[in-house]
Amino acid sequence: MTPPSQEPQTSAVVTFENVRIGFDEEDVLRGVSLEVMPRETLVLLGETGTGKTLTLKLAAGLLRPTQGKIEVLGQEVSAMSERELLPYRRQVGFVFQEGALFDSLSVGENVAYQLREDRLGEEEIEQRVQEALHFVELEHTGDMLPSELSGGMRRRVSIARALAARPPIVLYDSPTAGLDPVTAQTIITLILRLRDVFGVTAMLATHRLQDGFALANFRFDPESKRVVRVTEKESSVPATGGDAEPATRFVVYREGRVYFEGGPEELAESKDAYLQRFLV
Amino acid sequence: MAGRSLANLASGPRYFQDILDQMDDIGVGSLPIVLMAGFFIGAVMVLQTGSQFTRFGQTALTGDVVALALVRELGPTLTGILVAGRCSSGIASELGSMVVTEQVDAMRAMGTDPSRKLVTPRVLAGVLMLPLLTALNDFIGLLGGCVASVFTLRLNAVEFWTRAINALDFADVMQGMMKPLVYGFILATVGCYKGLTVRGGTQGVGRATTQAVVVASVMIIAADLFLTRLSLYLGDKIF
Repeated sequence: MTPPSQEPQTSAVVTFENVRIGFDEEDVLRGVSLEVMPRETLVLLGETGTGKTLTLKLAAGLLRPTQGKIEVLGQEVSAMSERELLPYRRQVGFVFQEGALFDSLSVGENVAYQLREDRLGEEEIEQRVQEALHFVELEHTGDMLPSELSGGMRRRVSIARALAARPPIVLYDSPTAGLDPVTAQTIITLILRLRDVFGVTAMLATHRLQDGFALANFRFDPESKRVVRVTEKESSVPATGGDAEPATRFVVYREGRVYFEGGPEELAESKDAYLQRFLV
Repeated sequence: MAGRSLANLASGPRYFQDILDQMDDIGVGSLPIVLMAGFFIGAVMVLQTGSQFTRFGQTALTGDVVALALVRELGPTLTGILVAGRCSSGIASELGSMVVTEQVDAMRAMGTDPSRKLVTPRVLAGVLMLPLLTALNDFIGLLGGCVASVFTLRLNAVEFWTRAINALDFADVMQGMMKPLVYGFILATVGCYKGLTVRGGTQGVGRATTQAVVVASVMIIAADLFLTRLSLYLGDKIF
């Protein structure tokens, strides 16, 4: 995994400018503008069908906006051809809602997939696969098929697959949807570790507010190797990259537009009736 | 999609292992049904034509007719339809399931072009394997015809084979080998197209699978008309 840059970066890693996309003549995203700073985690909240997954797929270059501009890692994704997008996508990790593991390949082959595409040596691939599976605590599943794993384990393998290629940015599409609370907590802890150990910038789409607050209020301490609560001092440091503590910011969608944008405290203290629906 | 699948061969990355896997699946996997069908069709041809030739006392011509019918027409077209039934459906359901479970999106998200990884190997395997399957189908069909003619028409096996082989011109063999190239291309591209454009979850996969077989089979029969006309024209002009 790429270590956090030593020089403070102040420019956004992801920028959406007035992005619109729709299907069947109806816009789902109706002019979304947002920014994600280095090492920041942007939590996208919203009801089903408000465009959270679309936002992630747009950022990954899997879809093209009908209007607006998208820049990721300094590249204008919205203006790239499909051929140019292929190498770009290798810099972005994507964790799909149901894992989207290749069901005809073993767990190890799934994790190694992108590494083989990148034509790395077999020894390095083996080492990275073991590292990634060790990170998600599934070293013993390398030879198993995805169908032999539980839903939670499949999500963990999906995270391992995304991190094996060491991308500087990871997009999580509802990683805890449909999981029991204990397994969901395991997945959130993994996302925390990925952020705090490797300094990954992330966008996370979810309809579970508690996932966002868990990311905002806890951090992984590499020394004690435990998840600890974020102190007031740490949470007040803005996310400007470099040595700054990773910050968590929330964007709430309503009817294809950004309805709320801010930190966890602002969201928690909001008296807005729509936002209250997520807080209850 | 059809054009791109072949244009992909001009530049890398090329997925040789996937091409071999697909050749194994389409070629070796289809061998049992193609050979069984070929044997019985050859035998039935002899029974049907033999009963007519018996009326004129010309049963010796059976070998000629069976060879021409099998090599020019029945061998390629039957092989095409049989492999379309087996492989177009298989390709459509496999790729369709990958689409609905977001595996194709996952592939794209990891920087892989699905057209190179999924479509090109299948189309190439179809184009390469169909002529070989057809050649084997023709041979086994003639074998079936020989067995039937020996047991029902009391023909000599050597005479049957000699007449069958002598009846065939180079133009007949060319016609019989040109058609499966096109059929292989049709059945693989239709299967890939139907699979990759699936809409509507598992129900959509089922629909795409059925459509793939129907469309590929009808296209093969329609293409047969034009290819036969073209082959006859070329046969007259060139050979």
